Amino acid sequence: MISRRSFCKKSLLIAGGLAIPLSCLELFDPKRLLAEKDEKGARWVFLVDTRKCVGCGFCVKGCKVENEVPYDANVTRTWVERYVVTKDGKTHIDSPKGARDGFPNKGIDIGHGKLEEIKDEDIEKAFFVPKLCNQCDNPPCVQVCPVGATYQTADGVVLVDRKWCIGCGYCIMGCPYGVRFFHPVFHVAEKCNFCYHRITKGMQTACVDSCAFGARRVGNLRDPEDPVTKVIMTERVNVLKEEYGTKPQVFYLGLSKEVK
Amino acid sequence: MKSHVWRPLVVVLAVIALVLVAREVLVPADFGIGARGYMYGWHRAGNEQQWKDVKVKYKTAAFCKDCHPDKYDEMKESPHRNINCENCHGPALNHPDDPKSLTIDRSRELCARCHTRLPYPNSGRGVMKGIDPKTHNVGLDCVTCHWPHDPRKEGHKR
Amino acid sequence: MVHGEAWTIKEFFTYPNEYIYWTIQIVMYPFMTGLVAGAFVLSSLYHVFGVKQLKGIARFSLVFSFALLPVAMLPLLMHLQQPLRGIEVMLTPHFTSAIAAFGIVFSTYGMIVASELWFVFRKHFVETALALKAIEGRTVLQQGQYLLFSILTLGAWDISHDALEADERAVKKLAAAGIPVACFLHGYAGFIFGSVKANALWMTPLMPVIFICSAVVSGIALCILTYILTMEIRKQLSRRRRLAHPELPSMDELKSAEAHVVAMTSRYLLMFMVAAITLELLDLIFRGYTAVKSWDILRSVIYERDFVNIFVVQYGLGNLVPFVLFLIPGLTIRRAAVGTVLVLLGVFMMRWNVVIGGQAFSSSFSGFMHYVLPLWPDSMETLKEGLVGALIVAGVPFCLFYLLNKVMPVFKETH
Repeated sequence: MISRRSFCKKSLLIAGGLAIPLSCLELFDPKRLLAEKDEKGARWVFLVDTRKCVGCGFCVKGCKVENEVPYDANVTRTWVERYVVTKDGKTHIDSPKGARDGFPNKGIDIGHGKLEEIKDEDIEKAFFVPKLCNQCDNPPCVQVCPVGATYQTADGVVLVDRKWCIGCGYCIMGCPYGVRFFHPVFHVAEKCNFCYHRITKGMQTACVDSCAFGARRVGNLRDPEDPVTKVIMTERVNVLKEEYGTKPQVFYLGLSKEVK
Repeated sequence: MKSHVWRPLVVVLAVIALVLVAREVLVPADFGIGARGYMYGWHRAGNEQQWKDVKVKYKTAAFCKDCHPDKYDEMKESPHRNINCENCHGPALNHPDDPKSLTIDRSRELCARCHTRLPYPNSGRGVMKGIDPKTHNVGLDCVTCHWPHDPRKEGHKR
Repeated sequence: MVHGEAWTIKEFFTYPNEYIYWTIQIVMYPFMTGLVAGAFVLSSLYHVFGVKQLKGIARFSLVFSFALLPVAMLPLLMHLQQPLRGIEVMLTPHFTSAIAAFGIVFSTYGMIVASELWFVFRKHFVETALALKAIEGRTVLQQGQYLLFSILTLGAWDISHDALEADERAVKKLAAAGIPVACFLHGYAGFIFGSVKANALWMTPLMPVIFICSAVVSGIALCILTYILTMEIRKQLSRRRRLAHPELPSMDELKSAEAHVVAMTSRYLLMFMVAAITLELLDLIFRGYTAVKSWDILRSVIYERDFVNIFVVQYGLGNLVPFVLFLIPGLTIRRAAVGTVLVLLGVFMMRWNVVIGGQAFSSSFSGFMHYVLPLWPDSMETLKEGLVGALIVAGVPFCLFYLLNKVMPVFKETH
């Protein structure tokens, strides 16, 4: 017959005995320690204020020069889209050359080198939306890389290893935002990496520096004092294409339902 | 393993061994699972440093300030105060060693990026001072009449 | 010029970096792996399930499947921007990617087919090697052949009755193991597309199953067609040879054997075709009925821009017409040949409509991209990813089959 006292004693002993080896593993797991240490590192995020963007395209120009994407190639790490909604309810969107030269024409570029003219009085609403890599928390492009040539760093930036990429294009297909392309010189996958060489030196990204209107800002989400973090935490921000479950980390102020 | 039926298996095992040896030789030593686990962090660790080592080309106005304080101060007082020097003069690269002098973009297209009139009500562009480049003093550089460092002043007097 | 710019025409709003990155070679890839898997399944129907009527074609389709195997890899290599780095898929595979499994599934399958072939042709290897050994004063060519066949025996020279029976059993087991692997090889090609969540047309769990069914269809069709063609050549040859050797099978014997095999095989073709079409239509109806966000643009691609490709060429010419051709009683060889060509066209167009059609619209859902197949190669890029590249891929298996037939005579027993 087991007494209540001995039952309690024994079960405590067993529970304690079980807990010790488990907690040992907890305490001395170097990966976990490392992860906790990394929590104190950065998590780079981006904040775009679409209400401030005027579509000058200096960000695109700056990015192309800084990151050595050939200036005349029709691909770009970042770009600006123009949305013009007319009174008949139609949405007209374009981004001529990714807005490398801004928007030199009033007409909307509809492909085949044709422009669609829109009368000033027909415009219901119109605005610009800068785009760049979302450095997603669940990057689908990284998931589908067959060789581990693209990956996410501890501080949340997705990079491409130019020496290891085989150029299959699966990551380009996997990105719902269309930010990836083949670099015309290196012939490997290429994308925005928040100017990793600049932000890790304490600088701003080239696009942030070249924006005169404060429409673009880069920040560290793990620093509660960071002004960008404060905006993201306290104001009404939105992200693009949340339905894909990618958890994008580029946040938008003033996003409209027309934005693709 | 006495039966001849197992012969193909021996060949298969030899091939597998060959691949494993090839992996040892060809896979970079620093290839492994990074901070984001196998799904998002499978990579060559050395590549992170390679990206950090990329050369900075745009040095920002803080870099220009020490040698060109007059220009810097003039800009900071003007409506153009938020425009970085290198938007028109850059990139600085290793200036003043290389390049010795920076190229200056004085083109109409550069000014037109912001000052082409686009009547967009939900964007700051709608309230900016703008012109129609097709009719506004065609053929002349904007800097002939407007001083870019402070557009309130008059343009270049050569 | 940026990769993709040479053959992409954009209309309305597409993201600046969007081009048709996956082109004709990515159409060829599932088409060729489909043929591999289909040919193997056909040969297994005889070896595993003992469908006696397929004996004539089983051996042939097994060798043909092996000839197709390296060609399943070729379009991928031609598509890669860094083809020399292709081996990395084996070195540092990232298994969260569907493509990473390629190296392992592909080589597993290759080893199974190679082993099966070894068991089927071991007797031939040994006999040939022994015959060559018996020759005194071999020429260089004969010495080379002797070496080749000696190596091919892998040192197993025993061709007693018991040993050959052991071979038979091994073949049966390997063929059985090969079926799931063949289906996996192709099903995962479907998974490569089906798992891309960024692409509204591709993302469906049905994709792997649809791919397997149409793979078997195309594999059987190609085997029938190639079988008919090779029989045609053999008939011409036998006409000449019979003058000297009257003991060889006569024209009529060959013809009736051929008709019998073709009729039997086409029945299996029809079965798999019904399954494939049912699944494809189910997918289409389901998309229309649920009509999620992407349906507006998908509808305009399926019913307007790609209407001819999908409904006229793929479903009409590639499915309906051959279906009728095979169902009309009294199947003739000529009708079967026309039918199988159309079936192959239909399956090819299905791959085309998935791969190219999936990139025909921007992921912004606000614009379209049109693919212009580069006919004349004016650069390495348009050579690799144009008509010429596709023709090279399509032609290589026949050259390989010719070479393999020298070592492993497919038609030996019926001689």
